[in-house]
Amino acid sequence: MTTDIIIHDEKDNVGVVVIDKITPNQDCSCWIMENDKTIKIQSINEIQLGHKIAMIDLNEGDTILKYGHDIGKVVKSIKKGEHVHVHNVKTKKW
Amino acid sequence: MEIPKSFLGYKRENGRAGTRNHVIILPVDDISNACAEAVANNIKGTMALPHSYGRLQFGADLELHFRTMIGTGSNPNVAAVIVIGIEPKWTKKIVDGIAKTGKPVEGFHIERTGDIGTVMKASKKAQEYVMWASEKQREECPMSDLWISVKCGESDTTSGLAANPTVGNLMDKLEPMGVHLCFGETSELTGAEKVCATRGATKEASEKFMKTWSSYNDFILKEATDDLSESQPTAGNIAGGLTTIEEKAFGNFQKIGNCKFVDVLEPAEEPKKGKGLYFMDTSSAAAECVTLQAAAGFNIHLFPTGQGNIVGNPIEPVIKLTANPLTVKGMGEHIDCDVSKILSREMNMSEAGDELIKTTMRVANGRLTCAEALGHKEFVMTKLYRSA
Repeated sequence: MTTDIIIHDEKDNVGVVVIDKITPNQDCSCWIMENDKTIKIQSINEIQLGHKIAMIDLNEGDTILKYGHDIGKVVKSIKKGEHVHVHNVKTKKW
Repeated sequence: MEIPKSFLGYKRENGRAGTRNHVIILPVDDISNACAEAVANNIKGTMALPHSYGRLQFGADLELHFRTMIGTGSNPNVAAVIVIGIEPKWTKKIVDGIAKTGKPVEGFHIERTGDIGTVMKASKKAQEYVMWASEKQREECPMSDLWISVKCGESDTTSGLAANPTVGNLMDKLEPMGVHLCFGETSELTGAEKVCATRGATKEASEKFMKTWSSYNDFILKEATDDLSESQPTAGNIAGGLTTIEEKAFGNFQKIGNCKFVDVLEPAEEPKKGKGLYFMDTSSAAAECVTLQAAAGFNIHLFPTGQGNIVGNPIEPVIKLTANPLTVKGMGEHIDCDVSKILSREMNMSEAGDELIKTTMRVANGRLTCAEALGHKEFVMTKLYRSA
């Protein structure tokens, strides 16, 4: 079965789309690289190759985890299955 | 896969080995570019390295200029060097620096002679050098003669997922062979700096890294505009799905695999602590970074890209790899090694690392890179501050 989304680390709350795009309400197959597990998620938006999807509901101020590490903060609440990018996440650095 | 034990390189007078056999015409300063380019035009098989600086610099900025010039001429991928500057003193300083390698080098200055007279004198010497160099043969060299630098560019999330870990896999496999390795991009480790610091081989190396990163970060914070004027991440990074500098940094950091760095180098500083991985304090701009690594003596470069950076270097072959299938499809003429099958899980990381080792060996043995075939020769000096 095709992998639609790859997740680096079990702790991550986002995954990366690795097919051309996923469409709204698509049942996606997600592969977690760290432990070789496969999980499922239903998408809300269309999301392009390389862009991220939220694996859980996230509130303003929450930390985005990718590679098992802090990669920024949520600035607008995000639903599970929603597109995660510059419109709802910002750096904590500069 | 069994790791190759040797490659075919050009043995140099100082014991190093080159993957290329260039005869270069090196201008000391911006105003000597025309003369250097005229010589390279006269004498086939030579190459001029024009650049924008070299006048009225002072202090650490001037030292870096000299280090970059001398290092470029000293790189084992260079067989012989003609140095051309406006004034005799700085020209001689660079000639003397390169001469320490034992390779043929001669300097010419333009004042009191003019371009035309200088072009004539320098052309005669360049002809002698290039005909001499053309008889050099490739010989078997141990893998430890490979000095591999890495830098990624136009990254996207596929870089951190696949192309950068492929480079990391290669590092893990080649480090035990005694190669020298180098990564840089100080600003692009922002967000991953504390994790990176733990990868110092000694407490000293870790502390030196944190000091170097903090100093670069202080400078960025001092000059920073909102979102760094779309420079970190770049518009290309964002289009490719990267959201923050932290995300970019953790992706970037995948390039070193499980290796630990033995020392932290100044820009263009030659490593002196033997084999293994080094961190160099560099800008994250592709051409600036590769130019500094080549000037430190690295003789082959690995460049993972996501959205498709096209950079090359005049003396150090730059091998491109990508895991983004759209980049392979849209701009395949720039990609030496396609690892996009990692995303569809038709290739695992170890297989991708092996593919990259095979490509690296072919290029080390003489196969042109895409960037070489397309004429990419970006030679870009790092300028630390304004000139006097």
